[in-house]
Amino acid sequence: MEYEVVIGIETHVQLKTQSKMWCGCANAFGAEPNTQVCPVCLGLPGVLPVANEEALRLTTLTGLLLNCTIARYAKFDRKNYFYPDAPKNYQITQYDKPSTFKGFLDFEFQGGIARVNITRAHLEEDVGKNFHFDRSSGVDFNRAGVPLLEIVSEPEITSADMAHEYLNALKEVLTYGGISDCDMEKGMVRCDVNVSVRPKGQTALGAKIEIKNMNSFSGARRALEYEIPRQIEVVSKGGKLSQETRRWNDEAGITETMRSKEQAHDYRYFPEPDLMPFAPDDDWIASVQRRVVELPLARKQRFMRDFDLPAADAQAFVWDVPLGNYFERAAQQTKSPKTVANWVINNLRARLTETQTTLENLKFPPESLVDLTGLIESGKISTKIAQDVFIEMFNSGEPPSAIVEKSGLSQVSDVDALGKFCDEAIASNPKSVGDYRAGKVAALNALKGQVMKLTKGKANPNLVGEILENKLKN
Amino acid sequence: MAAVEIDVKYVAHLARVTLTSEESQRLGAQLGNILGFIEKLNEVDVSQVEPTAHAVPLVNVTRPDEIRPSLPQGDALRNAPAKANGLFMVPKIVE
Ligand SMILES: [Zn+2]
Repeated sequence: MEYEVVIGIETHVQLKTQSKMWCGCANAFGAEPNTQVCPVCLGLPGVLPVANEEALRLTTLTGLLLNCTIARYAKFDRKNYFYPDAPKNYQITQYDKPSTFKGFLDFEFQGGIARVNITRAHLEEDVGKNFHFDRSSGVDFNRAGVPLLEIVSEPEITSADMAHEYLNALKEVLTYGGISDCDMEKGMVRCDVNVSVRPKGQTALGAKIEIKNMNSFSGARRALEYEIPRQIEVVSKGGKLSQETRRWNDEAGITETMRSKEQAHDYRYFPEPDLMPFAPDDDWIASVQRRVVELPLARKQRFMRDFDLPAADAQAFVWDVPLGNYFERAAQQTKSPKTVANWVINNLRARLTETQTTLENLKFPPESLVDLTGLIESGKISTKIAQDVFIEMFNSGEPPSAIVEKSGLSQVSDVDALGKFCDEAIASNPKSVGDYRAGKVAALNALKGQVMKLTKGKANPNLVGEILENKLKN
Repeated sequence: MAAVEIDVKYVAHLARVTLTSEESQRLGAQLGNILGFIEKLNEVDVSQVEPTAHAVPLVNVTRPDEIRPSLPQGDALRNAPAKANGLFMVPKIVE
């Protein structure tokens, strides 16, 4: 029998705010333990949490970027459980009235565009970080109360690879929108994966098995690559799977049972009495709307369509937004955007890296790059000379035509002038001349090289070839 | 007021409290009575009443995203039953 896989993903992402969700402690990674804590985020009695408005904005912005509905009435709830990293013995989250819901994410997958629907994205708080020792554990609450967004996908993902691409695309959108830095090394993104298998064609879902707390996308993919065949094996041998929570053991490369359905938590959600509901008005939503940016996929498709760029070039401009913006300004003024793209990617980007310069400090405007490619296309300078002009342009900011003029770099296309240099080359290289006349066509290159040397690279190489051929025929 | 049956053992487990059987009985009756009072709401017609998440008619209470001073580490750990290397020490966490 053939089986199909159904995967849903819950992605937790730390929001890029200055301060924590309910208090003014810094939201920053890497401080000494328990130095970014206060009575609020330590859960001491008698304190009152107050919502960070920027976190609410970033949540709404995420909703807009993921094509979600923005709730006009959202509220917070308490999720009750006991664990040492949760100082209040409950986590503040959004249970039945999340800030945003019902959206989708499109991404490139297997040569086409895949769509995964988003169930909801709700705002909650991160917990502390545990350290394990021989006979005890230690807790650092610096992370407790950091705003955390949980983005829940519909169970529509059908393979480990698709899960991986979904996660990458989601991360790209979040980074692009300035929602989160998404630094995996710093634990800013974690995910839980729900996976079940069922005979192909069956509509009822199989037993839902959740794999908890993976902190890398490659880990999530490997967990699924292990878990999917495991489930299929059980079911195809007539076994029965039951709902459970598993953990991914990265070192062993296996998933292991954490708790069964019977041991599942009873969270006893109830409305958080310390926080007021959030009911944004039109103006507030419009102010967030102004922060919406073009999504990576849309940008890539637009660059390919409007500027006729190959996918790899367009992708380079998706990854490096300022560089792409710079290219765009130049591309709008040229008929050969592909040539300009080559210069931006191969020359400009390399030079910026080499000299550790940022685009803001670049001395020449996009027009200069367009002029430079124009000089090559009109035959005024060779591609080789253009490299020198580019360096000069990069260093001084002077327009390329002025540099060409000033340095006498203009390509010599005067047949008479070139003829004299050709005569000189022929006279001083009898061996190459003999070889060429004996039928060794390649010997012409040696003579050409001589002429280029004599003209300091300024000669039009094609023209030199023609002149030499004519002269050697006689 | 009719008392409501309540699974005291389960609730006690959720709250991580240990009760003697005498306490279970006494508290069970009290909790049942409390729920019984709330049951009275079932007698009221609320079909015309909007559900609310809060008794105070106030929304959008927020603060600007600004950093304020945190506690010094020593103060933060002052109440900890056990501490080491700036961490709150707890029994070994297993899950
Ligand atoms: Zn705090």
